[in-house]
Amino acid sequence: MSHEVANLSDPGLPAHVHRAADSDPKAEKKAERQVATLFGLSAVGTILFIVSYIYIPLDLFIFVPILGSTNAHQLSLGLGLAISLLCIGLGAVHWAKTLMPDNEVIAQRHEFRSPESERKEFVAAAKEGANAAGLGRRSLIKRSLGLSLGLVGLSPLLLLRDLGPLPGKELEKTSWKTGTRLVTDPGNRPIKPSDLEVGAVAQVLPQLNPDEERTLNNIGKDAVLLIRLRVEDFQLSPERLAWTHEGIIAFSKICSHMGCAVALYEQQTKHLLCPCHQSTFDVPRAAKVIFGPAARPLPQLAITVDTEGYLVAQKPFTEPVGPSFWERSS
Amino acid sequence: MTSRQKTAASVANYVDERTGAAAWMKKNLTKVFPDHWSFMLGEVALYSFIILLLSGTFLSLWFDPSQREVLYQGDYQPLSGIKMSAAYASTLHISFDIRGGLLMRQIHHWAALLFMAAIVAHLLRVFFTGAFRKPREFNWIIGVGLLTLGIVEGFLGYSLPDDLLSGTGIRIAEAIIQALPVVGSYLSFFAFGGAFPGEAFIPRIFTVHVLLLPGIFLALITVHLMLVWYQKHTQYPGPGRTEKNVVGYPLMPIYMAKAGGFFFIVFGITAFLSAVASINPIWLYGPYTPGQISAGSQPDWYMGWLDGLVRMAPPIETHAFGHTISWNILIPGLIVPGILFTGMALYPFIESWLTGDKREHHLLDRPRNAPNRTALGAMSLTFILVTLLNGGNDIVATHFSLTINQIMWFSRFGILILPPIAFVITKRLCLSLQRADRDVVLHGVESGTLLRLPTGEFVEVHTPLTAEQSWTLTQHEQRPALELPEEDNHGVARGKVLRNKLRSRMSRAAVEEVTKPNSDDMKEIEGH
Ligand code: HEM
Ligand code: FES
Repeated sequence: MSHEVANLSDPGLPAHVHRAADSDPKAEKKAERQVATLFGLSAVGTILFIVSYIYIPLDLFIFVPILGSTNAHQLSLGLGLAISLLCIGLGAVHWAKTLMPDNEVIAQRHEFRSPESERKEFVAAAKEGANAAGLGRRSLIKRSLGLSLGLVGLSPLLLLRDLGPLPGKELEKTSWKTGTRLVTDPGNRPIKPSDLEVGAVAQVLPQLNPDEERTLNNIGKDAVLLIRLRVEDFQLSPERLAWTHEGIIAFSKICSHMGCAVALYEQQTKHLLCPCHQSTFDVPRAAKVIFGPAARPLPQLAITVDTEGYLVAQKPFTEPVGPSFWERSS
Repeated sequence: MTSRQKTAASVANYVDERTGAAAWMKKNLTKVFPDHWSFMLGEVALYSFIILLLSGTFLSLWFDPSQREVLYQGDYQPLSGIKMSAAYASTLHISFDIRGGLLMRQIHHWAALLFMAAIVAHLLRVFFTGAFRKPREFNWIIGVGLLTLGIVEGFLGYSLPDDLLSGTGIRIAEAIIQALPVVGSYLSFFAFGGAFPGEAFIPRIFTVHVLLLPGIFLALITVHLMLVWYQKHTQYPGPGRTEKNVVGYPLMPIYMAKAGGFFFIVFGITAFLSAVASINPIWLYGPYTPGQISAGSQPDWYMGWLDGLVRMAPPIETHAFGHTISWNILIPGLIVPGILFTGMALYPFIESWLTGDKREHHLLDRPRNAPNRTALGAMSLTFILVTLLNGGNDIVATHFSLTINQIMWFSRFGILILPPIAFVITKRLCLSLQRADRDVVLHGVESGTLLRLPTGEFVEVHTPLTAEQSWTLTQHEQRPALELPEEDNHGVARGKVLRNKLRSRMSRAAVEEVTKPNSDDMKEIEGH
């Protein structure tokens, strides 16, 4: 590689090229008129805006080619605003480009580094200041100041403590208990196995006591999907098979990846799909993950029927539902 | 003097006698700004931020940041009588009952998209032209900070209306917090005031969205602009432009008129888009409930790359000693973005360490003359493109009749293989562009006219470049590679030897280039 070669020489700034409007009064007048027209158009835009605001009803829909059915109020307000703003902008830029002096100017740069003498003086002043405060000598003050400054930062941190309760075992619990009835969502009706045909899916929630209110927090952990297959379709361990009832199997609807609702069931393949990141769970094999980023199957809820023939939970979930967390043990 | 001039003079006098502003104003009204279309990208970001401040303030007059449950009784019939949060109900109210409310929501959202797009484009301009080099490293870091905070701010804003789509986004954010080893569940309970979703989150992020982050933005943008002002703008190389000068137009009047006009143009374009292109029609999604989801959920584009990374993550979790570590969340959600953004923030220092170049730079590089940097940029862009592709894999799948499975596997391998390929190709491309530059400087451009030589042969006449053109193509500096002691017989410590080896190897790669024509070459040609 060659270096330190003689560069070509810099020919310097090219001569300034004049515009039509600089010398030709006609071109100048024309540019002036164009700028004024643009500013005038802007005023028209504002008037359109005002008129639309007052006279076009909020719920009027019109058909516009390409856009389809469009809210007339919102469209004309927007166009009015767009015209009024755009034309001011275009006018100003056109004015600058055609009529304002456009001679290139050269300014010099200066190095940012302060001159040596000033740097020396600064160091001296800083040292003198520090000496005057005696930080170097008074190590007792220095240390205690360090301690107090370090500690004082704790107070605002501590103040944040009451942002929320400690998690405790909260993430591991749901409202499902032994014998809790499954009720439809929406509808809140208890269901019998006969309500579900083979191939059907239903979203259910635990039945609440009359005095309890269902919150989004509950739904976020309690939502369960029921799917009915033919019993011979299952490929489950005997234990898990005992958790199903007449071909009905129940899984937490809250994705084991990041907690979205696992909402799509494909009847043909018997796959459950989470639309968030497409984790796919194989229903006959206890919701084993067959695709996507989820690392665990959806937790299965053991179900059976009560004396009246309604579907109930055999027992609570045996593992936490939803996304993983540090304290989760499996 | 006319009476108007008299008033102006006395106001100016009043202010100057109390502040001494005249001296400062005189100097700065004639301040020189170089002109180039790519210098407008940062301006677009600034203007869209101002639009966000204006439209956001308008929205906050009606928006009710509360997760209190209400029964909707407004004008939008399909949701009448449905239970929802006050936040969602008030967003419906803004959209359907407030005149201009929907327009303002659309302007706010379009401006947010534009803001992020402009920041990214501006950052790429700064990167590929080497504008981040000394003395502008601080501004590079501020820019990376603005980009990061912009992503957060946009995500929070998108979450405010509490519709089904945005609630799903919050759910995912919660899962990322919860995945942090040791402190995850605690942080999540602190952020949400208990279990997800609770009733505290929207009011809290509202304060962050409209007060805390905009305040920080304002402070950072102010420092950013003050530094640009004080350090003066960089300029592209060309005749008459040196490291020691700035060539351009004075602030008053031409630059001011152009910049001011440009603000209105950006605002006007945003208003136009908002008038004709509907964005985030939250009334179609319905209110948030954790048990439901709308199919095909897509975040705004500046979050799409994260989503793509999360989607392609391999399904790995570690369970040991009664604890769980979710690599499938931590790697795409925190570790990879952390590495990307830290690397980006530190890049100016890494580059100057590798090249040993500690001087000030005010003339921009033509990207081809910095092949390694350009190739690195192309490599990072390829990485992001693969993640974006995978983030939209459902859309890509339906458009190109592929399966999501195919796209996922393509992305999982592509993310590792394609970026290095992009590096190699881009570097070669830069070198051949350098060669092409050398050729036109030495031999001129083909004129299209044929000339018949006395021997009967035909040759094409080449028109030589003007002195200005030749200068622009050859003004850049070609520096030798770093020479560092690599042997330890001079008493250089062993660790240092290794470091020096790495540095000189990288530095040799960095100076790989096509030798530019020098004045001797030119003389030789003239001799012919
Ligand atoms: C860089 C700055 C900002 C970004 C990127 C941003 C982004 C967003 C986005 C994407 C939305 C969702 C809009 C929708 O489709 O409904 C939003 C909502 C909102 N933003 Fe911002 N914003 C910014 C600054 C501000 C500021 C400065 C304010 C107030 C002073 C504000 C107030 C609001 C309010 C009240 C809402 C909710 C109302 C609604 O969605 O209709 N924003 N923001
Ligand atoms: S949340 Fe279900 S796949 Fe990510």
